[in-house]
Amino acid sequence: MAEIKKEHQLIVSVSPHIKSEETTSRIMWSVTASLLPATIMGAYFFGPRAIFTVAISIIAAVLSEYIFQKALNRKIAVSDGSAVLTGLLLGMNLPPSVPFYIPIIGSFVAIIITKQLFGGLGFNVFNPALIGRAFLLISFPKLMTIWKEPTAAFVHLDAKTTATPLGILKEEGVAKLMEVFGDKINLYTQLFVGHRAGSIGETSAIALLIGAAFLLYRGYISWHIPASFLGTAAVIAWIFGGLSGKGGALFAGDPIVHLLSGGMLLGAFFMATDYVTCPSVKKGQILFGIGCGFLTMLIRLKGGYPEGVMFAILIINCFSPLIDRGFKTRVFGAIKETKAKEIKK
Amino acid sequence: MALATFKGGIHPPDKKELSKEKIISTTKPPKRVVIPLVQHIGAPCKLSVSVGQEVKKGEAIGTPEGFVSAPVHSSVSGKVIAIGEFPLATGRMVTSVVIENDGKEEWASLKDNPDYMKLSPDELKGKVKDAGIVGMGGAAFPAHVKLSPPKEKPVDVVILNGAECEPYLTADYRLMLERPQDVVEGLKILMRILGVNKGFIGIENNKPDAVEAMKKAASGEGNIQICALEVKYPQGAEKMLIRATVGREVPPRGLPMDVGVVVQNIGTAVAIYEAARYGKPLIERIVTVTGEGIKEPKNLMVKIGTLVSDLIEECGGLKSEVAKVVSGGPMMGFAMYSLDVPVTKGTSGVLVLPEEGVIHAEDFGPCIRCGRCIDICPMGLMPSMLSVLSERGFYEETKDYNLFDCFECGSCTYVCPSKRPIVQLIRLAKSLVKP
Repeated sequence: MAEIKKEHQLIVSVSPHIKSEETTSRIMWSVTASLLPATIMGAYFFGPRAIFTVAISIIAAVLSEYIFQKALNRKIAVSDGSAVLTGLLLGMNLPPSVPFYIPIIGSFVAIIITKQLFGGLGFNVFNPALIGRAFLLISFPKLMTIWKEPTAAFVHLDAKTTATPLGILKEEGVAKLMEVFGDKINLYTQLFVGHRAGSIGETSAIALLIGAAFLLYRGYISWHIPASFLGTAAVIAWIFGGLSGKGGALFAGDPIVHLLSGGMLLGAFFMATDYVTCPSVKKGQILFGIGCGFLTMLIRLKGGYPEGVMFAILIINCFSPLIDRGFKTRVFGAIKETKAKEIKK
Repeated sequence: MALATFKGGIHPPDKKELSKEKIISTTKPPKRVVIPLVQHIGAPCKLSVSVGQEVKKGEAIGTPEGFVSAPVHSSVSGKVIAIGEFPLATGRMVTSVVIENDGKEEWASLKDNPDYMKLSPDELKGKVKDAGIVGMGGAAFPAHVKLSPPKEKPVDVVILNGAECEPYLTADYRLMLERPQDVVEGLKILMRILGVNKGFIGIENNKPDAVEAMKKAASGEGNIQICALEVKYPQGAEKMLIRATVGREVPPRGLPMDVGVVVQNIGTAVAIYEAARYGKPLIERIVTVTGEGIKEPKNLMVKIGTLVSDLIEECGGLKSEVAKVVSGGPMMGFAMYSLDVPVTKGTSGVLVLPEEGVIHAEDFGPCIRCGRCIDICPMGLMPSMLSVLSERGFYEETKDYNLFDCFECGSCTYVCPSKRPIVQLIRLAKSLVKP
């Protein structure tokens, strides 16, 4: 070894030495982007006030996260996009004309109480945006149920209020709903486009489906939760949805109206699929979705509120750890206990 | 037709294009070699030479102690100039013999026996054992041990592992292209030793020319079947390969022989052929030197004991002064802290990753429970739970999540969006609890 070798600097770390390009922040920002079509439709139907509400909600969420992490001397993780996403989801779940302090309170509850006090990203039991909304609905029942009438005109001179389709369905029945919207085709079309009263980001089915298709295509969500959630709700709506009112009958409900109204699509594709608060095992996700669909319809048809998506998801969130335990994956090569017993015999 | 495969797995970029066209070339003779006495799983060898002694190429310098062990031979002719503790690529210090190469390439003994197939299975197995052959895919488990299944575990299938599922590596690929006949002969010897009449060669389908070459070479052999496998990591993991080729599942913590299978690597098969026919011990192997950080990627025939720094030099050197040099593939290989470590029987590749491609392990976030690792774990484990439990110090609890079934393929860590060092957390737990 006579020659003098140039010294190299070697980097030493543990295997694997390559990693996929996927990052938490890319996922969060992608989900945020997938919600933009629905947000834009909300802005179109409900005007600048809707944009203002959503913006306040996002800013409050990000600030809450920043201040909390700063105060506790933690790593500032605002750029991972999770707070922006929570703020956006909360804003989309609010009625368009709420006063400015409503989204601020909601974001505070969502970020500080629901997420950070439970340990931050990855450790919260409940969907933060939904707890924020639940808190607001219970604390400000009146403000949270004033529904602005959608108009296609961007500038609103007079803000009329009206009832949501689910509200009409609950209070006055399906006949009244038909009266308001004219005929069935028109009802479906309006619901599909989003020309109806409701929370800012929940009304436009087409915009939500575009965002959902993007997430499914990119593999950020899988079909398991949305399919089981919506499927269960549709079946229950069909079987029991027609029972109320005069001349009610089984198997006479309208599943399409139920799927397209309220927060059903927003909930099934964007809220129930929250990684942190849903089960991680695919088989368990199906049970989770069925539970959400069942509870949603129970509340809608029998409960005190016209809409049940929010409470349904929050309640089923509690079961996620248990579901994951129950649906533990099968270890490669292992045979089921029952089968093993048979072999022994 | 759907290709044979297993459940789970990942699709990292295979990067084989860097070296796949490079014909196997022999390195220039090293000035000296450093030959460790432990290059295998099992008991270290007993030193059988002393400083100053002249040795010939192929002469045993370490003899096995115990059944699970393998002899070590000199890869050059020359003089023993030092015996001492030297590091392996993993950083482990082992007793090694340093031999100065006299360049004469004098063989201790080497004779051609074209009638090797007439030898009895036991004689053939003896040849494999004496040649010091170990699994050359990376694990380096002594080959003759796998060829001695206990009576209660009858073996009916031999599978050659040509999956080479680690990205970048092309050593087995080149071997299948350049010496397909020798691979088939190796397989036939294995089948004769085990008294088996079903042989398979599993090859990932990103090497269609290798599949063709092997099919052609095995065309006269009715009981050898070539299986094209889906391109998916870790297709070449023993259990996954068996599942894909013959549809059998090795039970948890079990061995391939529990389902009647013996798996050997392509390189091992060729070494077995050379041992049976020529009595040639395992003193050289093919090493893929590759990666974006090396000037000229190559597939090299390397004498065991050659230093990695010599190989780097042979390939034009590193492109930049700072780099990560990995012994083995990018998924399961070890990052080296020194280039002055020898190539051993299990060194399948030397991978040079430039600094900009290195992801720093300390920047990781919390588990967001996205479930990606659960979906892809080839062993059906829940890596997310294992990593969270281990991170929080709940080591005993990791056993409820089948800690010891993890074979550390690294797929979970590859897909994790939070860049969590899942495998490392699993290794930590494994080191702290008893099975």
